[in-house]
Amino acid sequence: MVSSAQLLYTEEHEMIRKMAYDFTRNEVMPIIAEHDRNHTFPYDLLPKMAQLGFLGICLPTRYGGAGMDFLSFGIVSEALEYGDSSVRETIAVHLALHALPIFQWGTEEQKEAFLPDLASGAHIACFGLTEPGAGSDVAAIQTRARRDGDAYILTGEKMWITLADVADRFLVFAKTHPDKGARGITAFLLERGWDGLTTGAIEGKMGVRASNTGWINMQDVRVPAAHRLGEEGEGFKIAMSCLDNARFGVAAGSVGIIRACIDESVNYALQRKTFGKPIAEHQLIQQMIAQMQQDLDIGELLVWKAGILKNRGVRNTRETSMAKWFCTEAARRAADNAVQIHGAYGYSDEYNVERHLRNTKSAVIYEGTSQIHTLLQAAYALGLRQDRPLRCPMPAYDPDVWQ
Amino acid sequence: MKVAVLIKQTPDTAELPKVSVAEAQSGDLQATMVINPWDEFAAEEAIDLKERFDFETAAISLGSEGETDALKHALAMGVDSAVLVDERIIDNGDEWTTAEALAEAVKTEGDVALVLTGKMSVDGNSGVIYAGVACKLGWDLLVNVTKVVDIVDGKLIAEQVFEGGQETVEAPLPLVVSVAKEINEPRYPSFMGIRKASRAKIPLLGNDDLRIRPAYASHWRNLVKPERERVQARIFDGDSVEEKAARLADALLAEKVI
Repeated sequence: MVSSAQLLYTEEHEMIRKMAYDFTRNEVMPIIAEHDRNHTFPYDLLPKMAQLGFLGICLPTRYGGAGMDFLSFGIVSEALEYGDSSVRETIAVHLALHALPIFQWGTEEQKEAFLPDLASGAHIACFGLTEPGAGSDVAAIQTRARRDGDAYILTGEKMWITLADVADRFLVFAKTHPDKGARGITAFLLERGWDGLTTGAIEGKMGVRASNTGWINMQDVRVPAAHRLGEEGEGFKIAMSCLDNARFGVAAGSVGIIRACIDESVNYALQRKTFGKPIAEHQLIQQMIAQMQQDLDIGELLVWKAGILKNRGVRNTRETSMAKWFCTEAARRAADNAVQIHGAYGYSDEYNVERHLRNTKSAVIYEGTSQIHTLLQAAYALGLRQDRPLRCPMPAYDPDVWQ
Repeated sequence: MKVAVLIKQTPDTAELPKVSVAEAQSGDLQATMVINPWDEFAAEEAIDLKERFDFETAAISLGSEGETDALKHALAMGVDSAVLVDERIIDNGDEWTTAEALAEAVKTEGDVALVLTGKMSVDGNSGVIYAGVACKLGWDLLVNVTKVVDIVDGKLIAEQVFEGGQETVEAPLPLVVSVAKEINEPRYPSFMGIRKASRAKIPLLGNDDLRIRPAYASHWRNLVKPERERVQARIFDGDSVEEKAARLADALLAEKVI
């Protein structure tokens, strides 16, 4: 009988799945609980992921990438988040929110200059959009960019930035024309070490504690015009297209969390006995596990659908938003139920499920809150929103060209 | 010169306990099939020797048609080529017949100077195939090798472990070597390797390709799974970690575990 994985994915995808899950089980899972407990970033994983090509998985080989497709990116995201959200976040931010935007919007000179070092991991990159006073309302950002000869002078602050204190490359958004709202935003590529650029970490997070989250401060940072990504005023569109990439990784990663919750809950339910029998035989436990499986099956299909559209170069903002919205909420439900199944043990960090529960709360907030996605989907359904063609659409995946 | 690595496709060790008696008897296993973990060390060593000495590498496995996941894993790691020996040619033969089929397959590879294998398979657990292959080829055998020190002047210098010690030995090529897990840390398949492996057409060697002499066939007449051992858990309490550890150590000493 042909499995659903065989119908949806190629043999190549399945080999990537095995490799990525092996990596997670061997390299991530043995160390991640301790990093989470200590709020430390697992620096040792970066060179390992770089060597395997994770950091440039869906970039063409001519830019130093691995030349794989978007479904492969989803598979690796799923496998990494099976271990922990923080590790998957690193790939999402570095690749989906920094390298892919350069691939999509950059000039050929920028692609050749920046992408190889990002794909190899020589540079680690992040994405600075959110500010202390602007999250979902992107047009409200306060960071300013003033043209000065062949450069721009950037001033402002970014907040809740994943990898802020780890990265040495920053994609930040600033207003070049403050009076034009969202149409006055421009994107820039900054480098650590430039005068006026400082970063710091944010402490006391509820989840994703093994990820580095922080702030970026810019005090009159001089940015060469050659480091402007896209045209002036194109920043909002670039930022939104970045989210199409990153939300896909978040959705796929959430599928990994659901799978982890099922595996751990099934194992536990088969071993733990109450009232003289394994709790797996109690129907209310079965109900929770069945709900997780239902969410997993739906989530896998939504991620696959968005990934196929990306491979074909079809605009997928709606489908990716739906996948992100559903999968992150489903992962939160799954982690909540997994803790419930584990009982008091699930409430302690002796088991992974409490970590998943804390992590999943962040995923329904970042990359568009569930409320934003609800409004997006309603707007599409009501005909209030239509996606117009972009000046620089993400290229379709072409193995002959990318490899 | 070529290095041949013998590989078996076995159930994922995590899923071995789930294999039912009926599945084992029919050979139609529902478990996830992977490269035998012990053979993964042999594949890694073959690739390492390729990088050190510019050898060609070939993976050989015996199995039914289409059972190529383990071979493709070896290709994805970096082994140059792979062949599958159709298990129908051994006609339910025993380990001795299996060894003969694998030895014949090694001969078809041409200029093979070294055969590498894992120490055993996680499903069959016989641990004798490599010895049979060496015997059928008429080559010397080194077992439990933990390091290939050098290959020079037609000889292989290696470190091997045995009960209670370790020695450095020298043996003339051609040679069969079974490796221990200490020899290396297998690499993950690369994306480039995965691309190559997923597109590879793996030749199937059958009766027309290999001449196997009739041998004793082995059949499982009765197969039972071992009873699950009842384990009694004891938790050692104490006021400090040291006190708990001391009580645990005392108990382990009393049980003659340490």
